[in-house]
This record gives sequence, structure tokens and C-alpha cells, in this order.
Amino acid sequence: MEKEFNTFKNVIRLPHKYAAGPTYTKFYNGLKESKILGTRCPSCAVTFVPARSFCPKCMKNLDTWVEVAQEGEVQTWTYAGKDFFGIPGKAPVVIVLVKLDGTEGSFLHLIGGINLESADTVKKALRKGTRVKAVWNEEKKGHMLDIKYFAPLSKKR
Amino acid sequence: MGRPVAILGSGQTVHGRRFDVSYPELVKEAVDAVFETTGISPADIDGVVFGTMPSMMEGVALTHFYFADVLRSVGKPILKTETCGSTGVSLAITGYYWIASGMADLVLVVGSEKMHEGDAQATMTTVLEPFYQRFFISGAPGVFSMQSQGWTVRFGIPEDKIRAAATKLSIDHHHDAFDNPYAHIKKRLTEDEVNNARIITYPVRLWDVCPTSDGACAMLFASEKAAKKLGKKVAWVKGVGYSGDEYWFGDSDKAEWQCAISASRQAYEMAGIKNPRKELDVAEVYNPFTFQELLFYECFGFCGFGEACDLTLKGVFGRDGELPISPSGGVLCTNPIGATGLNRVAEAALQVTGQAGAHQIPGAKTSLAHAMGGVVQFNGVMILGSEK
Ligand SMILES: [Zn+2]
Repeated sequence: MEKEFNTFKNVIRLPHKYAAGPTYTKFYNGLKESKILGTRCPSCAVTFVPARSFCPKCMKNLDTWVEVAQEGEVQTWTYAGKDFFGIPGKAPVVIVLVKLDGTEGSFLHLIGGINLESADTVKKALRKGTRVKAVWNEEKKGHMLDIKYFAPLSKKR
Repeated sequence: MGRPVAILGSGQTVHGRRFDVSYPELVKEAVDAVFETTGISPADIDGVVFGTMPSMMEGVALTHFYFADVLRSVGKPILKTETCGSTGVSLAITGYYWIASGMADLVLVVGSEKMHEGDAQATMTTVLEPFYQRFFISGAPGVFSMQSQGWTVRFGIPEDKIRAAATKLSIDHHHDAFDNPYAHIKKRLTEDEVNNARIITYPVRLWDVCPTSDGACAMLFASEKAAKKLGKKVAWVKGVGYSGDEYWFGDSDKAEWQCAISASRQAYEMAGIKNPRKELDVAEVYNPFTFQELLFYECFGFCGFGEACDLTLKGVFGRDGELPISPSGGVLCTNPIGATGLNRVAEAALQVTGQAGAHQIPGAKTSLAHAMGGVVQFNGVMILGSEK
């Protein structure tokens, strides 16, 4: 392109401390005990997971807690072969939207326990409807990544 | 419905890595261009609308203050509109509202981005809430790839067919960009190059995804009175639509994407369009990803669900086809995000006024401009016509 002139480097560090509120706090404390907690809407009977404090459709406050299934079905997924900013962990990773049994909406997480070498190897193990199960890290921090990943269940179950 | 609204003209910068100028100088380039093209005096504008991506992209917050001078806004009302990727169409709609309401006769609308100065993927990460979604769908490509995968499965499109259609779009748009003097990436690609490019996030490969660009776009929106005074050919806003989804990814269906369907239908209804494929002469669809472009054809009713790949491969949406899409090369070749949607409106206006130059669609009278924003959450559509 055109001639380039001087540039000035500037780095802004801006730490935040986000208040999680009672609902997220309870959900994350549940993860520490290897439980996935949701909240159920009294009006539309939908169970949301991760737990939410209000129903986005009915605007009802949600205080009915349920421990939800740790198994569910793959809704959609993508494979990132190379690192980019914000990727969870190191590439290659598979990001997945899982519908946990008995819940509505979907649960974002990672897929593991399969060959992640290429998109082709992932395609062999994963499709919409593939049954998957949460696999937990031994050490829990009250964080989404206390669940290590979701792993496909063997075909006959 | 408000008063009729005209678009008097536009100014686009050349896009690319613009380290030849500082950011205010880049914005000035677009603003100066629109005043020069139209012959309007900056003194005559009643107000300014400006927008970009989140401040983190620029590293300077509230850039409409920083750019107050080059935006010629001193002593005048200034609005900022910001809806992520759909910012440009939101800017145009804001300008439209201002004129249609009768509160102004002449409004300068400007969008810009200088993406090479910051970190686009990091900025995109800040669009997501920090408790849950940010861990998994940071950055743009992943979430759009999941949307594409969901759509492919829903309509049972064979992988080789969708790949072939996406490859055709990539080759055609990168080739079309040679005819657009403002475009960033212009390239002659082969099928093999596109099909075998490295995977960004499956199924999206390198040539299926837009670049990061620096650039700005400025437009003048005017009342009928101001348009008559100008005495030149202008574009008329025939319809506008804007619609959004719930915040959480997974709460809404992204394959038969309701907010894309509804934004287009709002605009069609206002413009009196019943059959968009027949009645539109050209459409500037927001296409940062080839796969998503195909999905938009269906959501906008250019064809039925599940038909976009076949019709694309038949050439229905090519430059010489029944409904040419993004003859400018589109977002796939040029993406200065805060300006990108406004570029779509500018291109749609150039088409219906016969000023699009080498990529003019002959005789175009009705055009569509579109932009998509948020983390797969919002769509905005504007229909332009050559007649009031
Ligand atoms: Zn409810």
C-alpha cells in the first residue's frame, strides 16, 4: 500500500471483577461438586442450564433448582485447528452445543476423548444427535472448565 | 411512515492496511469525499450520526468525540449508533429515522474502523458476557461455523455440494473485487486453492472468511426538499427492517434464522416487495463467511430453504444471474466492521443511481443492503430505489 509512517504502541490493562450474583454462584458451586444445576421456569416449564435467574421468555424470576443430566445430544459443533484469541485452551479444539437431557436451549462446551487430529477425524466421531457425557477434571475451581469436556458415548448403551 | 428520505451520495475510502494515515485522517478521507461528490457544503448539515465496533477495537473510547472536527459536527447534534457488525445498517437507519421524522433535512452518516491498529478477535471477545459464553465462543469464526453446520444438517445438504457452492462464492467475489476501486482483497483463486485452504474453524477455510480492513464510509441522507435542491439523481429509501434474537447462543434457531427473516420482511413490506428475487435487481448481502451468505439467501426469501446451494451453482446469484449478490466483492473481500454495513448501503445506492462503475448491474432500479451484528444476534436490512 502507501508509505507507512511512525506508529505508537500503547497497552491498556483494564482488570474487571464481575459480580456473579446468587444464581451463577450456586451454579458454579454445583460444578465444584460435579453437579450441573439448572433452574426451571414455573410458567413455561423450561429448564435452563447453566442456571439463569430469570426466564428470557416469561421474565419470571427462577428459583426452582434441578440437578440436570450429565448426558445429552450434540446440536452443532465446530473444529478449530489453530489457536486464535479466546479459544478455550490450546488448539486443536472442538466447540460444541449440547442439549442436556430434559433441558431446553443448549450448553456450550468442548468435545474430548476423540481423535482431534483433523476435521475429518472429528467428523467420523461427531454429528448432530451424537450422545455425549460430561467428563470432569479432578481438581474443581467452580469454573465452566471444571467439566473437562464432553465425550461421545459408545454406540451401544 | 414519515417523510420520504433520499440518499444524496457516499464517500468510501480505499480499504486495506491504512498505516499511511492516522485514524482521524482516514475518517476525513471519507467525509471529504461525500461532500466533494455531492457538492454539498458541510455547513448545511443538521446533524451527524457516527458508529464503529466496540471502543476496544480502537483503544479510544467514544471516538465520535475524537472525530468531532473531521465529522464537521461542531455546534451540531451528534448521535452514536453501535450494533457490532450491523453498525453500518443501523447508522443508515438512524439517519433515515432522523430525516423521516421531520427533525432534520440533511444528515451526515459515517462509519469507520481501523482494525489493523488493534486486535479484532480480542475485541470480539469483549462482546460476550464473561460468565459462560465467553469461554467457548470468543472470536468470530467459531460461532458462525456452528451456525453453518446447524443449517447444513437441518436441510440435509451434502458436504460436497455446500463446499462447491461456497467455493463458487469465494472465487466470484474475490474476482468481483477487481472492479471495485475501494475493495481490499482482490484475487484470482482456483477451486483447488479454495477447497484446500487451511481450516479456520470447520467448515470455514481461509478463503471463506473476510479480511480485517481499515476504512471509512460517509453518506448524506436528506429530505425530499434537500434532494430537490441538489438537482441530481439520488437513491430513495423504500424500506427498512431491523430485528434481533435473545442474547444467549442456543436460545434461538440460527438455521431458519428468525431475526434475518423478520428484518427482511419488515423492509419488504414497507417497500411493497412480494417476490424479492424478481423485484430486487441487486443485493449487497453482508457476507463475512461464504457459508453464511448462502443461509442469508434463504432467510431473505431469495429462494426456499435448502435451495441456496443448487441455485448458486446454477449462477442465479452471479453477476449475470437473476439476482446478482454483492457485485462489489462484498464483506468477504473488505471488512472495516464499523463501516462495512454502511458500505453495503453506499453500494446499493450507487447501483440504483447508475454510478457503480465497472461493477454496475445494468438498469438496476431496486437494491437491498444488509448487515448482521452481535454474536449471531442481529440483522438489519434497507431497500433502496431509483424512484421515490
Ligand atoms: Zn418461562
